[in-house]
Formats: sequence, structure tokens, C-alpha cells
Amino acid sequence: MPDRFQGLPKLDATLCSGGCHECVTVCPVGALHHDAQRGLQLDTGRCIFCGACAQACSSGAISFTRNHRLAAQRREELVIGSAWANGRDLLNHRCKELFGRSLRLRQVSAGGCNACEADANVLNTLVFDLSRFGIQFVASPRHADGLLVTGPVSLNMRTALLKTYAAVPAPKIVIAGGACAIAGGPYRDHGEVCNGVEGILPVDLFVPGCPPHPYTLLHGLLGLLGRLGREDPRVR
Amino acid sequence: MTPVTLRSIRYGRTFAAGEIPDLPVAQFREAVVRAFKRGAHLLALTGQPEQGGGARLLAVLAPGDGVVAAASTRVEKSFPSLTPDVPAAHLFEREIFEQLGVTPEGHPWLKPVRQPGGATPGMVDFYRVEGEEIHEVAVGPVHAGVIEPGHFRFQCQGEDVLHLEIALGYQHRGVERALAGGPNARTIHLMETLAGDTTVGHALAYCEILESLTGCRVPPRAQALRGIALELERLANHVGDLGALAGDVAFLPTASFCGRLRGDFLNMTALACGSRFGRNWIRPGGVAFDLEETRVAELQKRLDDVARNVAGALDLLLEPPSVLARFENTGAVQAEDAEAVGLCGVALRACGFEHDARQDFPSGIYRFAHLPPPAWHTGDVFARAYVRRLEVERSLAFIREQLAALPEGETLAVVEALPPDRVAVGCIEGWRGLICHVARTDADGRFAGYKVVDPSFRNWTGLALALRGTAISDFPLCNKSFNLSYCGFDL
Ligand code: SF4
Repeated sequence: MPDRFQGLPKLDATLCSGGCHECVTVCPVGALHHDAQRGLQLDTGRCIFCGACAQACSSGAISFTRNHRLAAQRREELVIGSAWANGRDLLNHRCKELFGRSLRLRQVSAGGCNACEADANVLNTLVFDLSRFGIQFVASPRHADGLLVTGPVSLNMRTALLKTYAAVPAPKIVIAGGACAIAGGPYRDHGEVCNGVEGILPVDLFVPGCPPHPYTLLHGLLGLLGRLGREDPRVR
Repeated sequence: MTPVTLRSIRYGRTFAAGEIPDLPVAQFREAVVRAFKRGAHLLALTGQPEQGGGARLLAVLAPGDGVVAAASTRVEKSFPSLTPDVPAAHLFEREIFEQLGVTPEGHPWLKPVRQPGGATPGMVDFYRVEGEEIHEVAVGPVHAGVIEPGHFRFQCQGEDVLHLEIALGYQHRGVERALAGGPNARTIHLMETLAGDTTVGHALAYCEILESLTGCRVPPRAQALRGIALELERLANHVGDLGALAGDVAFLPTASFCGRLRGDFLNMTALACGSRFGRNWIRPGGVAFDLEETRVAELQKRLDDVARNVAGALDLLLEPPSVLARFENTGAVQAEDAEAVGLCGVALRACGFEHDARQDFPSGIYRFAHLPPPAWHTGDVFARAYVRRLEVERSLAFIREQLAALPEGETLAVVEALPPDRVAVGCIEGWRGLICHVARTDADGRFAGYKVVDPSFRNWTGLALALRGTAISDFPLCNKSFNLSYCGFDL
């Protein structure tokens, strides 16, 4: 990862004065929350990784590491606080059993900016060569084992998304790729969008980022399928 | 009759809202039609709802020589459509019809544009060709590749497409509506995501708006860095597009090679700012990330490597007869049509016009570094590929030149609060073509209205025209030769 890449955030409770709320105010998407009980919390599902909070914090309590491993299976796992150290388990035994050696995905873009699609497509280039892991993007939902959804789910794409999901034979999985699909991204609370896939389809994997780096998505996919090899499948 | 005039200013200055002539609708029409017939480009035609009903329309034109001209008019329920005389107005008028409920009387094909609010944009009446031998093909919104949604409706006789109509709006996410009342913390991010592959281009158009409104002087070093960012974006996309074109004619060496090379350019942008798409690099007043000496050296080194490989991959593409046979005479757009419907960018230059905002509205570094816009006259897939190929060379040379002689100094200037009641225009040559933003501030210096015109808004019509008389099996190739944005259109 390039040195200026903003990956997994790090919150340091000992540095946070708690009272200024500077970071909470500057965040364009409401990803930060502070209360006396839990301290400072950053929702990496909402975050668009703009770095404004880190800049605004005069005591340096927020920083961004170069760690690209951001994916999680459960929405709540994306919210991290300063005590966050245990990592999360990405391995999904059902997915591993069903799709561990072969996963076919239909991508549906539903209202975003096309950057998530672009950096998902990159996995098909010979740099990443996604198909060597047995993972492929396919042309028809009928050929797919699941959906990779990007975008905040615009009202105008809602029907098409539901129909595409219905056309995928069960058992099937759903991956929410990028800040938009997880929580609306920069369009959060616009009347024209649904604030992401949750509540519309059951999500099996959340991949944060705006857009997620190709390695972030790849790591999420491989983790879900138990394909990370000797590497600990937990996000560290 | 009194002479009808538009108010003209030099690009980079702004209008006081009161100095834009507010003409009776007949004179407004006459003024716009006359300017268009004399060769002015229609930059934007947009409207604002008026208190007490009706709307005020604003036309912004580019008569040439770096001048921007405007006029407005107050309309009630309808107005005489400009489209019969100014075909470039056709989609703008449909947009006004959809957003403001004002009817352009005499518009030849009046339909909604994006259908906000949960509609299914493809479920509308399409232009139909009748006849026993005619069949209709419907494609989308969900397509076969990892791409955005849109609906295409072809009228075919055998293999040949007689007519293609494109229905978009699936990606509509309410950006313009959300921009009103700004700027605020979200504004720059909405700009950077108008079209994710044009993050730098749209961010720069927005910066031009703020900087012209406030008289902010962007430091020379930041101007150079902005140029580098914009040309890196152009390189990544042009190289990617040429690779995709190669893939569509099964010319695999260039297809595979360009996939990697495109990534090399994206990674250079990431080296500069951390994001492959240039997110968070461009900021009002300058840039958020400087390049220190070691970073400049690293970029130069990578550029040398990549430039050699790019030249190899692209020369390989544009020589073999098997490729040329597929590119030449496929999906040709006539020059008159391109001009009339107001195409821009690569698609326009491929029809022989040397229009380019870097030359027509030079700002920032482009006032000092001249990039002559390359053009080719055949209007076909080959021309769109060849223009890209030439632009790749020029952008590479430009970046090398800039890196070798970066001015010293600051990279970010302070942008003051916006002045009240002014109208500003920002024009940037993005990699697809002309990005135009038009903003109006209210009495409190907030955006009363913010209009975004992505190059794709102008150019989707070009794709439809290119398909006329073309075999439907060539649609993917033609489509890639334009490579237009759905989200940039849908907003
Ligand atoms: S980096 Fe994330 S949490 Fe911080 S201000 Fe930006 S969007 Fe909010």
C-alpha cells in the first residue's frame, strides 16, 4: 500500500479529551460518535476515508494505518473504538463449504459513482488474476452464486436489484462493496437512495472503502471462503 | 426591434446576478439561436423555480475566445422550444421539463430524463420503427459486465440498427438537489463522486467555481500539481479504454497489457495522494498533498517505465489490419451531427473539431503549458481510439515537463466566504470531455442552484447516432469507443 493510503483507522482513547467533538463535527458522513460510556467510535462502514477527522483532531487521537484489511461479516463489527484489538473472524463455514473452491458473482451497481465497480473489475486483470482463486464475475444472475452490490441502492435501481437477486439460484450470498452499499456513503440520507443494501437484502460480507482498494475486496472474498491460507483469517 | 444581446464575460470572472439580461422569452430564444448559429457552444441551459410559479431559465454559451455569455428569461407554464434551431438544447429542455414542470412547446421528443423517485426509467414509450421485418431489442438495466445500469432499446432490421434510444436515470442519487444550500462538509465529496473515474476533473470544475467567486489565487505549485492530477486521470482512463477496445476485437496482447498499465497510472495517483482515483487530492484553494523531492523522483522513474510500455502496447494495437478492419468505418458520427447535438471531448475531436477546454478556457497551469488538442476526421471507432492515443502521448509529455520544473512554494490558499448573488461557470477538460458546472449564490452566499453538466450528458446522444446503420453486434465496440458515464449523467 502506498504510504499515503488511508486504511484501517486507529483510535487512541488516552489522547482523546472527549469534550471537543471536533472530529464528529467535520465528518461529512456522520461516521464518528462519542459518548461517555464507550468513548470515541468510528463506523468504518459509513466512513469514506477522507481523513478530515484525523486532521481536525488536535491531540492526534485518530490516525489511519495502511492496513487494507477492512472487511467484516457483521455490520456491528465495522464500528471500532479504541479498545478494538481482537480483530474479527472472516471465515464463514457455510460459504467455505458451498463456494470455497468456486464462487461466481453477479455484480449489480445500484446508484454509486462507478469507482467501486472500477476497482472490482481490476481484480480481473492479470495483476490480480481473480479466477485463479476460483472466483469469477459472470454475465447472468442465473449463473451466479451471489451478488456483489455497489452503490447506495438508488430508488430507481431498487426493483432491478431485487429482481436480479431473485434470479440467482439459492443458496446465495450478498456482498455489500463500498461505503455506499454499506450505509449510503456520501449520499447518505438523500431522499433518492436507500442508504445501502441492508434492510433490502441479507448481507454476508461488508467491504468498507470509498472505493475499497482491490486488495481490500480480495482479502474479504478470500477470508469469507477460508482461502487465506496460512495467514490468520482474522483481520488484524 | 431592439438588438438582442447576451452578457459576455471572460472565463474566470463571474456575473453579478443582476447583470445577466433578463429578456422576454421571444428575445431570449432569438439571442440563443443567433449565437448558436454563429458557432457558439451551448454550455448549459438550466432553470430555477420562481416564487409564485413558473421558472427562470438561464442559458450559458461559449461564443469563442475564452468568453462566456449568458441570458435569462422568465417563463410560466411553457416556452417555445429551442431544440428545432438548437439541437444541442434537446436534453437540457427535457431536464427543465422534468424538474420544473415547464413545457418546451415544439420539442421533437419530449420525455423525462432521469425520472427521480423510484421509477423504472426503462419503462417508457420508445421511438418505434414499424414493419414486418423490424424487431426490437431491449438491453439492461443490469448488463453483462461489471458496469453501471442503463436501458438500451434498439430498432433493428436484421443485423442493422435503424435507431437506438437510451433510457438512463437508474443511478440518480439526488446530487444537484443536495448541493443547493452548500457549500458544506459534504460538498467536495459529492463533487469527487459525480463520476468516480473523473474525481479530479469534477473536483477541479468545482474549485474553479469557488475560486472565481472569491478571487482566490491558487499558488503556482498547486496549479502544476493539479495539471499532473488531471493528466494522470486522463492517462489511466484513455489507456484503460484502449485496452477495452482491444479486448472487444479480441486483440488480447494490448487488452491484457493495458489492464496492467492503467493500474500503473492509478497507482501513481495513489502515490501522490493515497487514493487511486485522486480522492482528497484536489481542494478549493489548491491541493491537499504536495509532492516532495523523493516522490517526484519516484514518479519520474515510474513514468519512464510506463511510457515505454504504453507506447509498445498502443502501437501494437493501431497497426494490424485485423484491428483496423474492425475499427475503421464502424460507428461513424457525421461532423455536422456532432456539432449540432453538441458533442464534446474525444467524441467531438474524433469528428475533426479541435475543441478542448484546456485550450478554449485555459485556467491554472494550462495558461502556461499548451497542449494542442489532437483531432481526426473520420468520426468512427478508429478516430476515437486514435485521438486517445495521441492524447496519451501529449499528457505523458506534459507530466514529465511539469515534474521536471515544479514551481516552489505553497500548495493551498485560503478560500474566503462566497459573495452573494453571483453566477459562476467552471469548465474543465476531463478525460471524456467538457465538464461544465454553473453555480448561483443567494443573498447569503450559499448555492441557490448548482448545475452539473458531465460530458456524458452531451455524448450519450453521440453513441445513439453512431449506431444508426451499424450492425447491432458492433454495439459493444461502439459503446466502449465512447465509454460514457451513467452516474455522471444520472447525478
Ligand atoms: S475519515 Fe471517515 S470518519 Fe474521518 S471524517 Fe472522513 S468520513 Fe468521517
